[in-house]
Amino acid sequence: MSLPKVDHVGEIGEERVRHVALLSRLELTDDEVGRFARELTAVIHHINKLEELDLTGVEPTSHPMPLTNVFRQDVVVPSLPNEAALSNAPEQRDGCFKVPQII
Amino acid sequence: MEFEPVIGFEVHAELKTNTKVWCGCPTTFGAPVNTQTCPVCLGQPGALPVLNGRAFEISLGVATALNCEIPRETDFDRKNYYYPDLPKNYQISQQFRPLGRGGWLDIDLGAEGTRRIGIDNIHLEEDAGKNIHPEGATHVDYSLIDLNRAGTPLLEIVSTPDIRTKAEAEAYMKGMKSLLEYLDASDCKMEEGRLRFELNISLRPKGSSTLGQKVEIKNLNSISVVLKCIDHEIERQTDILEEGGEVEGESRLWDEAKLVTRTMRKKETSFDYRYFPDPDLVTIVVTEEQKKRIAEELPELPLAKRARFAEQYGIPEYDAGVLTANLQMADYFEAAVRAHDNPKSVSNWMMTEMIRRLNEAGEDAGAADFAVRPEALAELVRMIDDDSITGKIAKKVYPLMVETGRMPSVIVEEEGLKPIDDSAIEPVVRKVLDENPKMVAEIQDGKMKAIGGLMGQVMRATGGKANPQTVQTLIKKLCGVE
Ligand SMILES: [Zn+2]
Repeated sequence: MSLPKVDHVGEIGEERVRHVALLSRLELTDDEVGRFARELTAVIHHINKLEELDLTGVEPTSHPMPLTNVFRQDVVVPSLPNEAALSNAPEQRDGCFKVPQII
Repeated sequence: MEFEPVIGFEVHAELKTNTKVWCGCPTTFGAPVNTQTCPVCLGQPGALPVLNGRAFEISLGVATALNCEIPRETDFDRKNYYYPDLPKNYQISQQFRPLGRGGWLDIDLGAEGTRRIGIDNIHLEEDAGKNIHPEGATHVDYSLIDLNRAGTPLLEIVSTPDIRTKAEAEAYMKGMKSLLEYLDASDCKMEEGRLRFELNISLRPKGSSTLGQKVEIKNLNSISVVLKCIDHEIERQTDILEEGGEVEGESRLWDEAKLVTRTMRKKETSFDYRYFPDPDLVTIVVTEEQKKRIAEELPELPLAKRARFAEQYGIPEYDAGVLTANLQMADYFEAAVRAHDNPKSVSNWMMTEMIRRLNEAGEDAGAADFAVRPEALAELVRMIDDDSITGKIAKKVYPLMVETGRMPSVIVEEEGLKPIDDSAIEPVVRKVLDENPKMVAEIQDGKMKAIGGLMGQVMRATGGKANPQTVQTLIKKLCGVE
């Protein structure tokens, strides 16, 4: 499915809600689609308000902390035992996570 | 109409680090399933990734060797999609500010010289886990997931679509593999999936400058498979275009059993990855001093080593190219020459006897694991050079060295291959001359060609253990033509 980059200015349509729900593996009822379309539209309105600010000369921020160059040494630390790694798996078999067949 | 292929590659190389890219789990190949995981690489909520400094350093080395521009700031983004081998439901990659852009690799086309293939970008990301399809699985309805590989540092090198022929594709793949080995960036074992090539290919009318609809092909686990796949895909797309059809933009999988590609997913339904900067990781600033240090610390690269080999050792340019095409081979050669200074002969033995055997052993077979060690080859060449054995015997000894991994001196001793004492040769020569009066007469008539025939008989009678020079001298002397 290929959607335009934005819907009507400042609006999230129902088709886009369904698309995003599919990408996020969410199952929504028709009622919920309508509700999220309205709620997300309100969020977009709020964002659009922020976009009115004059941000000339302001660097984009993807991180709130003024931190750079955080590295880890390439030194092995013990991993989890197999049982612990699988302890939250809904299903397991032969030491592996068992999932529906992948083609 | 004649079509020309337009080919580009995405190279995925697992980096040679001790630990994964975001956590301290080991990256050892072949460990028992799901024993190299932790909350970070299992994608547990709240677990935080921290970048492996070594993985980043190796990546910068590759970017520098590929002549890329390294930006002052680089960071990591999330690529969102759902697949069972991706526990976080996103892959951490670099979409907006990759660590390298706009470089090139010069590929070696033999007699046609070199050609420059562009590198669009290089970025560091993480590998996914492995899907295991249960043995003999026709009736099962499940797959098994092993997450040992999830989070292994993966360097993706994206070329521009500059490749036009199969020979160029082969030279690009070999050149890239060679470079990654020289930089010690990856162990490049394609059978283990440590180095993977993804191909994109389109056709266009020859001479045209527009680009056709490209198709991506995955699941290619050796260089020879990629080459077979290129042939197949050119044929498939040519058929479609000649019938007036349109090639569909899609991802296809190589089916090794049937030697065809088949549809994996259409672009229309392909994922919308919704990339955004990963808030768990911080920006990395690369200073000019760091770039300079990395450039200075680069090892000697393939083309430079090739030129040095030709010059320093006086071997033909072609041989120097073969010997430096991979680092293990080049190191082997230099180790042998250090042990016995006869580069031409060492090179000849490698070019003939050794490379053939390595090729037979498969694409991943390396000189470092070869049964004949460089010191053993050096000893063999020395024994020929000081007449301890004849060239003919050496040809018999070498296969035994390959088989047993033992030193040639030991094999010669044990197999009784020592040359016959010169004094023991004369009776054999006399006997052969007595049996061939006609040839003796020819020689005495000045037809020296007959000497060859007699020599052959003497060599046969001595099992190749007589010194040919001595034999020839004796024949002439006993025929009275000296
Ligand atoms: Zn881990």
